Amino acid sequence: MDGAENGEHSRKMVFVTVGTTCFDALVKAVDSQQVREQLSRKGYTDLLIQMGRGSYMPSKVSGEDEPLTVDYFTFSPSIADYLKSASLIISHAGSGSIFETLCLGKPLIVVVNEELMDNHQSELAEELAERKHLFYARPQTLHQTIQDMSPESLIPYSPGNPMPVVRLMNKFLGFPTD
Amino acid sequence: MEKDSDKIWCFVLPVLVAIFVIRVLYVLYWTGKPIGSSKTHSLRTLIVLGSGGHTAEMLSIMNVLQNDIYTPRFYVAAATDNMSLKKARVLEESLMQQGENSGRKMIEAAQFVQIYRSREVGQSYITSVGTTLIAMAHALWLTLKIRPQVIICNGPGTCIPLCASAFLFKLLGLGWSHIFYVESIARVRKLSLSGLLLYKLLLADQFYVQWPQLQKKFPRAHYVGCLM
Repeated sequence: MDGAENGEHSRKMVFVTVGTTCFDALVKAVDSQQVREQLSRKGYTDLLIQMGRGSYMPSKVSGEDEPLTVDYFTFSPSIADYLKSASLIISHAGSGSIFETLCLGKPLIVVVNEELMDNHQSELAEELAERKHLFYARPQTLHQTIQDMSPESLIPYSPGNPMPVVRLMNKFLGFPTD
Repeated sequence: MEKDSDKIWCFVLPVLVAIFVIRVLYVLYWTGKPIGSSKTHSLRTLIVLGSGGHTAEMLSIMNVLQNDIYTPRFYVAAATDNMSLKKARVLEESLMQQGENSGRKMIEAAQFVQIYRSREVGQSYITSVGTTLIAMAHALWLTLKIRPQVIICNGPGTCIPLCASAFLFKLLGLGWSHIFYVESIARVRKLSLSGLLLYKLLLADQFYVQWPQLQKKFPRAHYVGCLM
């Protein structure tokens, strides 16, 4: 069933994604001692970071005995496989990765980039957090969010439906709506 | 002589202005009026793609839109965005495999076009005047070539020059395009700049929003729920 569950000694992976943006504040935050400690305390064993255009390099950690291994890469043509095998996703606030994660039914923490000029992105994350589909954090509060969260409390997101738009368009243009 | 020509202009100019105003009002009046029953079987459709989330939303609509009505389809994306058209091509290929049509037919049914972008993220407003003019000229050229009957867009800035060209073509009587605008799912409380322009200037025939809060603020919009 769940890819992560099949792994040896039930490894639990945290996948961090910043998309095509530069979001060093998030990479720095997940690389911090505080966040790493919280993650391993919560039972996560691997941390994989997709760091995009950022210049901050996280420190790699590997080895069987480490409580939390850390690895990173810049870009990948598709992050779908990483999302599928992760047990927790920490993402920037782009709608693409938010909905890709929610539709897989994975627990998600969205971290808003406060340095973006036109920060309309926080609207979506706040709304979905209010509806309890995800957790909402800022880079400075990420460790607190990880400490307080219980993924079971999230309400599964039911995927949207493009049919209402298509029906309205067809009706407007004088075509049968079904 | 000079006085005579002045007199003529005193008469001609107000008439020209009046004709122009009446034409603008006429076009605005018919924009947004539904067609009772369609006389045509297919509609040349222009689909404006933007990067990332915008494209995913648009392709979710294209995935269920009737292929036989909305055909041929012209996908437009910014020249600097090389992912969106690739994704659209993948979708069109999969749609064609579901149908009985061959690959040769797809090339006729779907085309993929790039457009100059009026303003890159972070570009200064002064240099963007020049690039906006180029983008507008390119949009006019594409509108002339494609002659879209339907334009579907969901927010990237590239849709503004295209919708403006389509409106100009309507004013000049060169063609009629119905514009459908779906505000991006990322806009929960405020419209994007593109959305606000199309809404306020009454350019869109139908305007869709994905959150109920927005529909309350913009009552002419239709609430359609989340696409994603």
